[in-house]
Amino acid sequence: MSEPMDFLLLVRGTGFDVALTIFVIGVVLRLFEIFSLGRGVNLAEPRGREFGPGMRTILTRNVPDPHTFRRQPLTVVIGYLFHIGLLISLLLFVPHIELFKETFGFGWPGLATPIVDAAAVITIIALLAALWHRASNPVMRRITRAEDWLVWLATFLPMLTGYLAYHRMVDPYPLILGLHLLSVELLLVLFPFTKLMHTFTLFIARWYNGAMNGYRGVQS
Amino acid sequence: MANSKTLGESLRRHGVTRRGFLKFCSATASLMALPPTMVPAIAAALERAKRPSVIWLSFQECTGCTESLTRSHAPTVESLIFDHVSLDYHHTLQVASGEAAEAAREAAMHENQGGYLLVVDGSIPLADPGYSTIAGISNVDMLRETAAGAAAIIAVGTCAAFGGLPKADPNPTGAVPVSEIIRDKPIVNVSGCPPIPVVITGVLAHFLTFGALPELDRYGRPMVFYGQSIHDRCYRRPFYDKGLFAETFDDEGARKGWCLYKMGCKGPMTYNACATAKWNNGTGWPVEAGHGCLGCSEPDFWDAGGFYNALSIPTSDVTGTVVTGAVAGAALGAAAALLNRGTQGEAREKHATVTVDDLEKGV
Repeated sequence: MSEPMDFLLLVRGTGFDVALTIFVIGVVLRLFEIFSLGRGVNLAEPRGREFGPGMRTILTRNVPDPHTFRRQPLTVVIGYLFHIGLLISLLLFVPHIELFKETFGFGWPGLATPIVDAAAVITIIALLAALWHRASNPVMRRITRAEDWLVWLATFLPMLTGYLAYHRMVDPYPLILGLHLLSVELLLVLFPFTKLMHTFTLFIARWYNGAMNGYRGVQS
Repeated sequence: MANSKTLGESLRRHGVTRRGFLKFCSATASLMALPPTMVPAIAAALERAKRPSVIWLSFQECTGCTESLTRSHAPTVESLIFDHVSLDYHHTLQVASGEAAEAAREAAMHENQGGYLLVVDGSIPLADPGYSTIAGISNVDMLRETAAGAAAIIAVGTCAAFGGLPKADPNPTGAVPVSEIIRDKPIVNVSGCPPIPVVITGVLAHFLTFGALPELDRYGRPMVFYGQSIHDRCYRRPFYDKGLFAETFDDEGARKGWCLYKMGCKGPMTYNACATAKWNNGTGWPVEAGHGCLGCSEPDFWDAGGFYNALSIPTSDVTGTVVTGAVAGAALGAAAALLNRGTQGEAREKHATVTVDDLEKGV
């Protein structure tokens, strides 16, 4: 009679532990490997510094390239809406902040739940639009691999189950809360081994771009 | 013993006025979300109802459920109704002891075969029948024997409903709830540690009025009392939505009555009527007293993480997992780096320098 509760306790305990272990080991291993490989030695004489331009590029690449926007406006708009909505839902929802606080020992102020709720709705709509775009656009279809569908699903499920749990749309509540945690655990497990790693590698790539251009003394 | 006197007669004999009785019927109707037109029907049914025989079995429990019922507040019509069910067997409350007590149980079972209500509080140990016995009879045997002739069973308290504290990890006695042993009788789970008195009397009134048990939720609990979460009915809910939380039990937020989520309140996952029915004759309830909900009416609430940890915090040691994972990841990363260095070195060794002369020779 208490299966949903047993399920919730499993995903809140052992399940979360296993997923988190795989996530942390995977991410640290991959980052360590990337950094330890480094770049080849550039024998050309430097014409500028690497650090400053590298850091600047990490920031400036947040601004969308007008060229890309003209060619694929949907990619840019959906991309921004989704990422901002996801970050608000993940990082500014108080129950999530409590989890980060428990893990790292520090927290930050959250937003009122109706704002987070709106952000979650925008994120879910943006994800659905991204799916439609991927399925209908000929260019997108051609460059899509199985991994892209998997990564989309792994991102969509935590958003959907989180929304359903917050609004208590599934009875009993421990079941949907457990499903939300399970979907997050799936995301954590897939994270280090898929394109989801771009969450971290994005900054490394931008830094290298900026640093290489800085070394050559050209604008990045 | 159950006698032929009706509930109406019994109440009048104890000085309950007609007005008081009807007020109780109205309250019962509204409490159970029944239309006002049902009030006369409830009144007529209760008026005519014979005192039902009730056998109360206490197994692995702390008597808190009985305390909740008998000491909750000054006598009201609810408690009078409870007094006037024919409580034929109850360890704590009955006068008889020893063989006389067991004889009372057997007599009640015999006389009201198929018609008595069985109330159970406490869980049943299955690991060893000797862990809990009454008059030399193991709990599981007594439950099976008494349940056989019962019209319905009310599992009072989280122990009887879900196993409760005795079932907490690692469950040394192999404790199980009533529903895992008895499967052929209607069972109502009135969970809570302890449950709200009015919920028990409400279920009794429903049984007396309609001769049937109320609508139940997925956990076998009456929908009317367990249909909504503490969180959704909490008067502090607006603070949760606004993002205003008490961070400690004595900060400004706590004094202003802000949301207790961060202090470990389990209200969002707990279904009970505390926020509406309240405790101590409607004086207050845990959250109103400044303490978060423990989730006592839910299965396995003892194992659901620290009482003072927010609901979203996993039950395991997350910091430890992250630190261990990071160290293991770094070690594996270092191994991978060495491996890659080796590959790079090999590639360098195999690299043959080609000069312009070599190229021309090749052509």
